[in-house]
Amino acid sequence: MLAIVGPSGSGKSTMLHLIGTLDRPSAGTVRVEGHDVARLSDRRLSALRAHRIGFVFQQFHLAPGRTAVDNVADGLLYTGAPVRERRDRAAETLVRVGLGDRLGHLPHEMSGGERQRVAIARAVVGEPALLLADEPTGSLDSASGAGVMELLRDLHSAGTSVVVITHDRDIAAGLPRQVAMRDGEVVR
Amino acid sequence: MSTPTVSTSPEPASPTEPPPSRLRPRDVARVGGAGLRTRPLRVFLSALGIAIGIAAMISVVGISSSSRADLDRRLAALGTNLLTVAPGNTLAGGTATLPAESVAMIRRIGPVEQVTATGTVPDAKVYRSDRIPAEESGGLAVLASSLDLPRAVRATLADGAWLNAATARYPAVVLGSTAARRLGIGAAGPDVQVYLGGRWFTVVGLLAPVALAPELDSAALVGWSAATAHLGFDGHPTTVYTRTKDSAVEAVQAVLAATANPQAPNEVKVSRPSDALAARQATDRAFTGLLLGLGAVALLVGGVGVANTMVISVLERRAEIGLRRSLGATRRHILLQFLAESLLLSALGGAGGVVVGIGVTTVYAATQSWEAVVPAWATAGGMGATLLIGVVAGLYPAIRAARLSPTTALATA
Ligand SMILES: Nc1ncnc2c1ncn2[C@@H]1O[C@H](COP(=O)(O)OP(=O)(O)OP(=O)(O)O)[C@@H](O)[C@H]1O
Ligand SMILES: [Mg+2]
Repeated sequence: MLAIVGPSGSGKSTMLHLIGTLDRPSAGTVRVEGHDVARLSDRRLSALRAHRIGFVFQQFHLAPGRTAVDNVADGLLYTGAPVRERRDRAAETLVRVGLGDRLGHLPHEMSGGERQRVAIARAVVGEPALLLADEPTGSLDSASGAGVMELLRDLHSAGTSVVVITHDRDIAAGLPRQVAMRDGEVVR
Repeated sequence: MSTPTVSTSPEPASPTEPPPSRLRPRDVARVGGAGLRTRPLRVFLSALGIAIGIAAMISVVGISSSSRADLDRRLAALGTNLLTVAPGNTLAGGTATLPAESVAMIRRIGPVEQVTATGTVPDAKVYRSDRIPAEESGGLAVLASSLDLPRAVRATLADGAWLNAATARYPAVVLGSTAARRLGIGAAGPDVQVYLGGRWFTVVGLLAPVALAPELDSAALVGWSAATAHLGFDGHPTTVYTRTKDSAVEAVQAVLAATANPQAPNEVKVSRPSDALAARQATDRAFTGLLLGLGAVALLVGGVGVANTMVISVLERRAEIGLRRSLGATRRHILLQFLAESLLLSALGGAGGVVVGIGVTTVYAATQSWEAVVPAWATAGGMGATLLIGVVAGLYPAIRAARLSPTTALATA
């Protein structure tokens, strides 16, 4: 579990997208599972994202008219699993993130912290090896933020590698390892 | 001198290569539909454009097919084997006459099954009463008629009875439907009389409109012998009606003129009344083509509307596209999603249009008392055109969505 910290515009999100194969480097190489990302086809990169990598964003990106279970089930959509299985696993994962009583709720019926938990559930429902979170607490009050970090720590102890971008000094300090960035470079 | 090279390893194949991303066909439809469900009004309006085009085309085709089917049915009932023979013009420009024996001559043609005739009584006029000035005859013809006329032209009686051997000799008359209306006569009866050729005739029957011989509608029909005895009729037929074996209609048509008047075949007019009915249908067809073209233009405009909606949809949903890419969607999956959305959108409009088109046809056919006929090819063609429009309209927006890089898509959130 590691934190990426740095001032605005320092390239934290860019770094995270590179790690997550959403972007390709213009110079240098990025290796994921031993593969050079720049040389993998769109199909193989998408396969990596579908099965090995989970993303969490500051803005949650939940589908507004769909229930928590349906939003989380979309985390398995591109694995080709049948819809029943997707929904069953989504419900299990929601229970795991502490939202067992919110399965049928719509995003607008939930608090920010709950929404981010739904988004995290969607990211981990496929049991990825790597979870990438871009300012997951950025739009949350400190109590909900602490809850979300707690959840990420739990997921980490359950075996998932977690990378968190944060502006919050305290949150970064609480993580075992920090990477600091400035002007597009890793400085520490 | 060689420097030992540290091999950065040519990619050790991962022991557990992830299986490829996969989107089930049912899920393609599901994500396509989900995009529509969140914007019902916009979907309704752009589907409406398609629906109007399809409805217009289906109802045009439906109405013209129903009318054609009705005509076919009527022609089948009336028969297309009726041929009429009438005098034409002489070379000098005067009106020709048919020889009195032409009926008998025509009867001798082998495939001719029935022959009957009417003859115009030149100077006789018919009035409601004897007090009406002579000029106001209302354009009604007085015809001497053979007794078997109704059978040959499939005329039916609206009221009363047709002439028989007895009434054909007495001052009795049967009125065509238009003639009865003009004379203000609603029913036949022993005490119903008209003033015809200077004396009173009893109205014994009223004809229903005769589709194949509309000239009878505005006629007052009297018996052949009554016309000769009371009205100074010269006995020359002016229209000979023949029914022929169906297989020999053309052959008989070719010899009728020469048979009716061997001395002057060119002074004889032969016609086939069912052709006139069918010809009226043919002029309708050009009009149908025009309306169909208008429907196609409406459909095209509807397609532009769908394309517009899809372009906007892609622009608005960049964040969703970025998210889906992060969840493992390939470019192809994004392309398929938006194509499915566009297809569903226009199929929705197409289905609505087919329903409305069938409804319009049914209602219109009911007002004409036709049986509604919407050919399967029209429905299938309409749906096919709709799907084609869906693909064409959705292709460009879908390609743009698929080309979008995930990071820029996410950055626009
Ligand atoms: N190493 C780099 N090479 C090329 N471009 C870079 C690099 N680092 C950052 N950039 C560019 O700088 C801009 C800002 O980067 P990015 O969005 O990653 O910053 P950030 O640290 O996430 O900022 P914020 O805290 O506001 O989210 C982007 O347009 C990105 O392309
Ligand atoms: Mg950022």
